[in-house]
Amino acid sequence: MGPLDANVILRNLPYLWEGLQLSLLLAALAITGGILFGAIMSVLRMSSIRPVAWLAVGYVNFFRSVPLILVIFWIYFLVPLLLGRATGPFLSAWIAFTLFETAYYCEIIRAGVQSIPKGQISAGVASGMSRLQAMRHIVMPQAFRNMMPILLTQSIILFQDTSLVYVVTLRDFMTSVVTVANQDLRLVELYLFAAVVYFVICFTGSRFINRLGGSFRR
Amino acid sequence: MSSYNWNWAVLVSQPYLGWLLDGLATTVMLALSAWMIALVVGTLIGLARTLPNPILRGLATAYVDLFRNIPVLVQMFLWFFVLPEVVPPEMGHWLKRDLPYPEFFSAVMCLGLYAASRVAEQVRSGITSVPPGLSAAARASGLSVAQTYRYILLPLGFRIIVPPLTSEFLGIFKNTSIALTIGVMEITAESRQIESYTFQGYEAFAAATALYLSISLVLLFLTRRLEARARIPGWISRGNG
Repeated sequence: MGPLDANVILRNLPYLWEGLQLSLLLAALAITGGILFGAIMSVLRMSSIRPVAWLAVGYVNFFRSVPLILVIFWIYFLVPLLLGRATGPFLSAWIAFTLFETAYYCEIIRAGVQSIPKGQISAGVASGMSRLQAMRHIVMPQAFRNMMPILLTQSIILFQDTSLVYVVTLRDFMTSVVTVANQDLRLVELYLFAAVVYFVICFTGSRFINRLGGSFRR
Repeated sequence: MSSYNWNWAVLVSQPYLGWLLDGLATTVMLALSAWMIALVVGTLIGLARTLPNPILRGLATAYVDLFRNIPVLVQMFLWFFVLPEVVPPEMGHWLKRDLPYPEFFSAVMCLGLYAASRVAEQVRSGITSVPPGLSAAARASGLSVAQTYRYILLPLGFRIIVPPLTSEFLGIFKNTSIALTIGVMEITAESRQIESYTFQGYEAFAAATALYLSISLVLLFLTRRLEARARIPGWISRGNG
């Protein structure tokens, strides 16, 4: 192997930066969608109506049993068929990640809510609140604090997983890295660079969560 | 949608059925081989994180931080494309040319060492959740540090972490699909190949999905039994709270 050539990275920095922006955007949208639908799913999951709860359990177990790559392939294949026209690959990626992450966020949120003793709802109701008010003002604020570190950790994992859209060549950071690597035949430099960039972002993120962890704990 | 030609028979016709079965065999082999590495390396790293020696502890922590903060896909490329270029030329040549199935080897190393970083965290939490009185008692009755780990901390720690370890095991099965990016023909890769040969995407992806669900069900069944046997009577088992 010849000496490492840092120029190849500098030369392609604008192109790579565009890719990274797309990765961050996809992650942000998928985190939003995943937490939103995950919260709804967790309510269904804890429902006292049995069939509703079963459906939610089925959803969660299904998506936790299959690999994300397969879900991405499924959605890329299905969305154009269902809509009858080709859509941008970005929309398909967003749908795939939201569907998949909903299952994971659902379990995190459920565990957070169930970590609050039931007696607190009873106490709220006894002091004149409705059940919903008790959920809103007593259970949720505490549950949110408890689950915050895990929600954030899951979001870092999600960001790492966005690299998998490479398999459908959506132009995220990873796909940009591979494109440059093959164009300039500089695989070693580019893949090491990708590792460093992901590491710096994710390691900083997890350090931040660890520091937050202390202040979130009651 | 209405123009789609259903043809489920494609799944049981040759060569496509053979491809799926090959894919299943590859996935299982890959996951089992990687799991061996993950268990051995993960136990050593997790154990090192609980040792009093700060250098060993620091190295083990660095390992976990490194492997958990780089996407598995990037790690896969590092093992497959970068490693043979940065080692001495003879070794790189061996990795690329003489080693049978270099893709499979890279995938096993990648998945195994990545999972090891996750197993290490479980092992560490298992060891630290053994009440400190037990190891103090072991040391007081004359056991060395190594003996304390061997006879007290590891056996009890492992029994505590059986539930999270089984979910790590399932995680390896799912991550094997990432090996398709370096050309390993596991289940997802085979189903994709069937799609591109026959244009029967529904059937191909449904077959892959069914295979993954079956793997999960089998693992669930086996791990339930294992968890029941591993549970320590009188202890509150975690993941069951």
